[in-house]
Amino acid sequence: MLKYILKRILSLIPVLFVVSCVIFLVVYMIPGGPATALLGMEATPDQIDALNAELGFDRPFLVQYVDWFTNVLRGDWGESYFLHQTVTSAIAEYFVPTLSLAVFAQIIALILSIPLGILAAYKRGTALDLTCVTASLLGSALPGFLLSMFLMLFFGVYLHWFPVAGYAALSEGLGEHLRYLFLPALSLGIVQAAYLTRMTRSSLLETLYKNYIQTARAKGLKEKKVVMKYALKNGAPVILTAVGQSFGSLITGTIVTETLFNIPGLGMLTLTSINRRDVFVIQGVVIFVTLLYVIVNLIVDILYGFTDPRLRPGRK
Amino acid sequence: MMEEKKNETLLEIKELKVSFPVHKKWLPAVDGVSLEIHPGEITGIVGESGSGKSVMSQSILRLRDHDTAVRYEGEILFEGENLLQKPLFRMRDIRGNQISVIFQDPLNSLSPVHTVGNQISEVLILHKQLSKEEAGKRSIQMLKMTGIPDPEACMKKYPFELSGGMQQRVMIAMALACEPKLLIADEPTTALDVTIQEQILHLIRDLNERLGMSVLFITHDMGVVSRICHSVKVMYLGQVVEEAQTQELFENPCHPYTQGLLACIPHLRVERGKELPVIQGSVPSLSNIPEGCHFCTRCRLADDTCRNCPPPLVEISPGHKVKCWKYADGAKEREVTAS
Repeated sequence: MLKYILKRILSLIPVLFVVSCVIFLVVYMIPGGPATALLGMEATPDQIDALNAELGFDRPFLVQYVDWFTNVLRGDWGESYFLHQTVTSAIAEYFVPTLSLAVFAQIIALILSIPLGILAAYKRGTALDLTCVTASLLGSALPGFLLSMFLMLFFGVYLHWFPVAGYAALSEGLGEHLRYLFLPALSLGIVQAAYLTRMTRSSLLETLYKNYIQTARAKGLKEKKVVMKYALKNGAPVILTAVGQSFGSLITGTIVTETLFNIPGLGMLTLTSINRRDVFVIQGVVIFVTLLYVIVNLIVDILYGFTDPRLRPGRK
Repeated sequence: MMEEKKNETLLEIKELKVSFPVHKKWLPAVDGVSLEIHPGEITGIVGESGSGKSVMSQSILRLRDHDTAVRYEGEILFEGENLLQKPLFRMRDIRGNQISVIFQDPLNSLSPVHTVGNQISEVLILHKQLSKEEAGKRSIQMLKMTGIPDPEACMKKYPFELSGGMQQRVMIAMALACEPKLLIADEPTTALDVTIQEQILHLIRDLNERLGMSVLFITHDMGVVSRICHSVKVMYLGQVVEEAQTQELFENPCHPYTQGLLACIPHLRVERGKELPVIQGSVPSLSNIPEGCHFCTRCRLADDTCRNCPPPLVEISPGHKVKCWKYADGAKEREVTAS
């Protein structure tokens, strides 16, 4: 098991290498550099060139890349030009709201989707099933920002139950923290739930036609037990993959939702850094997000082993 | 004690018709089958794929009810009770307890993500209200009975860690855990290689003799039938076309279809290079059933009568019935079916 995890972590290196090349190239190619952004619109070309030389942006591409990448490997991810802090500390700071929001949204999504998906599969073909399918289709088709705005308007502006936008750090108390996060988490959660409900339902329906389900029924088990014990555990890898994907997309920052609700998270950091050409932050965030994604996938892969013995690493 | 029970009927199927909806029409997969199973008897059902033998066997436990719309006509009497009249949740007391099934493909018929022990104990906990420990002990006994070496270790294993033969033994142990009165074996040896097949057949026959349990043995293999069944029914397109005691059927096959099936068994003494006979054509689809005798499209003897009028199932000697115009004519004119 340990060997397996180690192997997976080692396989990260080529992934990170490729991602770092691509992101460095993209950032290098976009017009306008940090010097332009730092000096403002009125700066003369001479001033810009001078600042670029000072910051080292006049060096050849490869030299810049190697310089940056070796620093990244050493743990020095560079410094932001605008935030007056290192990239790593900026990411650490902006990641907290994103992580909170992602976990909250994922919990909402799971609470909604897993029972609904199971119910739809259990009552397959009935009006209840149809309602679930239609609702989840509607949820997937609805643009996230529209849903966010509707929730803001309804729960924030009319009912005053939750703040319309903004963010309260955990240091201000858990209640306050969650109160501010509730609407964005609900908005993200509903969209993810729509996807997860469909995945849960279809994965269960697929397993319900397997031979071992017939065996389970032939034993005299209740249909509820057949679904909950046999269909659910056998369908679990598919559901788990979907949950992993959904959590991966939440944890890596949701630009639209964070911007709408004015939450200082990774998504917002990415957006402002791109606007300001804060190159080291952009590159740092991309590397960090890649790492997160791979780690989430690794955890999903390890969890597979708990649901299906055939996928247990190190076994046969 | 066995002797007096012999006369009773354990399972009696009367004029069973099972239909499924296809393009808004109800098509019968089983069309008027009657059979009786007595305690301790092994009854074989033979037929090609699509003959309705599996549907018939699944209908006894009403396993199809969960997946599709299905319409039953006729009666399935188990110890005098009509199973078709029972609400589905009442069937749960019978399934796995009084009547058990073993399926064709043991690997796919066992849940891949639950241990063998878990899957066997479950039936005992459900029907015999045993505690987990008691059920575990009994499961080990069952595994031992089916000839699995080191049953304790097997309990903790997952199905994919066992060989095909061992998997089928696990299925049998699971099916017999509650000592059912009837075992439905739905092609239990088809997915296994020949030596394992022989072992499993031996096991079923042995358990049948030791426990006095009846077996409904479904297969497409005439060779298997000859080794295990006391009596045989040959099915074609949802109907029984011939039935007899096994020896009688092999010595005196009357229906051209039965003769065809028997001719398909390869013999060692057949000349080398000589082609094995086959039944021409394939089973017509349910939406395309011929009007007269169902077999007329593939029968070498078919004439106009065969093509236009369905033949009755006629007893030509005690216990030997055949559904064929060509043999009905000369036989004692005693109609069995009231059609």
